[in-house]
Amino acid sequence: MYNWLTDCVFYVAAALLVVSSLLVITSRNPVRSVLFLVLCFFCSSILWMLLEAEFLALVLIFVYVGAVMTLFLFVVMMLHIDLEKLKTNFVRYLPIGALIVLGMIGLMGYIIAPEHFSLLAPAHHGADYSNIKELGTALYTHYVYPFELAAVILIVAIISAISLAHRGPRGRKSQDVPSQLNIQRNDRVRLVDVPAEKKE
Amino acid sequence: MLDAIVALIIILIKIIVIVVPLLGAVAYLTLAERKVIGFMQGRIGPNRVNILGLRGMGQPIADGLKLVFKEIIVPSEANSYLFIIAPIVTIAPALAAWAVIPFNHGWVLANVNAGVLFVFALSSLGVYGILIAGWASNSKYAFFGALRSAAQVVSYEIAMGFALVVVLIAARSSNLQDIILAQQGGLWHWYWLPLLPMFVVFWIAGVAETNRLPFDMAEGEAEIVAGFHVEYSGISFAIFFLAEYANMILIAALTSIFFFGGWLSPFEGIPVLGTLFGWVPGIIWFLAKTAFFSVLFIWLRATFPRYRYDQIMRLGWKVLIPVTIVWIVVTSLAVELHVGPWFS
Repeated sequence: MYNWLTDCVFYVAAALLVVSSLLVITSRNPVRSVLFLVLCFFCSSILWMLLEAEFLALVLIFVYVGAVMTLFLFVVMMLHIDLEKLKTNFVRYLPIGALIVLGMIGLMGYIIAPEHFSLLAPAHHGADYSNIKELGTALYTHYVYPFELAAVILIVAIISAISLAHRGPRGRKSQDVPSQLNIQRNDRVRLVDVPAEKKE
Repeated sequence: MLDAIVALIIILIKIIVIVVPLLGAVAYLTLAERKVIGFMQGRIGPNRVNILGLRGMGQPIADGLKLVFKEIIVPSEANSYLFIIAPIVTIAPALAAWAVIPFNHGWVLANVNAGVLFVFALSSLGVYGILIAGWASNSKYAFFGALRSAAQVVSYEIAMGFALVVVLIAARSSNLQDIILAQQGGLWHWYWLPLLPMFVVFWIAGVAETNRLPFDMAEGEAEIVAGFHVEYSGISFAIFFLAEYANMILIAALTSIFFFGGWLSPFEGIPVLGTLFGWVPGIIWFLAKTAFFSVLFIWLRATFPRYRYDQIMRLGWKVLIPVTIVWIVVTSLAVELHVGPWFS
């Protein structure tokens, strides 16, 4: 019924996605790049929504946009990135970069080729069809071992990243909250009896 | 083509019906805040702008007019494009989240299956306005406010998300209407009782997420002047203000939906009271609950001093998140064993 409307939404979101992803790599200011990347995620989430993958679309927003990109922005805002310094080795790294780009384009071409990736629209489901329920059933029955394995790998990655970056309490003035909360009046306040001085 | 346009117009009318009263509520919540805090501190509060003889009733309108006609000052070193866009980025998610809020049975703009996720996704977008505002202002105080706020929101979002997961497990649905209908049966069937720790966690995380006292590290008048919006003036400042209050009402509405039965009557199933209050339409109950939690925000603000920054982080990561993880296990067991009147 809303074919005409969904087409409009698709073309606007797709155009915005292409433009903003171009701006991610062309804008000179790193903070702007990150913000355009956020816009990219937002547009691709709209496209996923049109494909009736509402769970993935919303997860993309609250995991990538809401948490990951916030931390990215956080770091990029505090870094001082000198663009001139980055450009100095441009020619030296150009061959390696070109090789990687070619490899990636080849892989993409292989994956998105018609035999692996059809351009047919997904089957349309009624309003009572719950995307989340289907996804949950698939993840926790057929794919439960790969799912658990992925979780374990992520945990290992987190622990190893923390243990690599953790430096221990060296010269850190950390707060001991229980002792702060258990403080009594007598520990802090000392009443001193000062005798009144006689006026000369 | 024509029916699509008609559908579009109907949706637009629905949006206006939701947003206009919401903005009115926001305006009068600012007055309520000043009046309630005035009452708690033994003052009168604003009482000069009268409407129909009610003292102070015109104050929000007067404030709004004043802010509209003030000059918008863009600092000379600021990134002017992002500086202007930041308030818009802040208010858009605060208003868009209302699309899935059910006001009564069937009174909802978009009855989507992933309603909880939608609300959560939009509430996580709100931090961008603050971050962009703080960075684009090119001011140290604004930047500090933005960084504090970002760290705080990201930390409390985890606790809030886990609290919502528990609600999902209990209701076995992420549709907001289904969550309310799962709580049917009067005051004792609402989820505040079986999920009491989650209610507390959700409420604290909600207060932290809206940057309200005692968690308003983003503003912290005593330390960083006014935080991320220190450089804003006129209507661009007013929009930040509007977004903050719209978010407060949103959190209040969500709390009443997830833990206090939304539009359901508290006296359902009680012999005499149930029939006595049977005529009250659901939206009255919903609005009453939302109003109560909105006032609770103000009450908290007038009661508690501001948290210290490291204590905020400690509370979020070391207290709230472990509590939610424990309660996920407890609720899953309760649902599996069909405990009590809630999960049978």
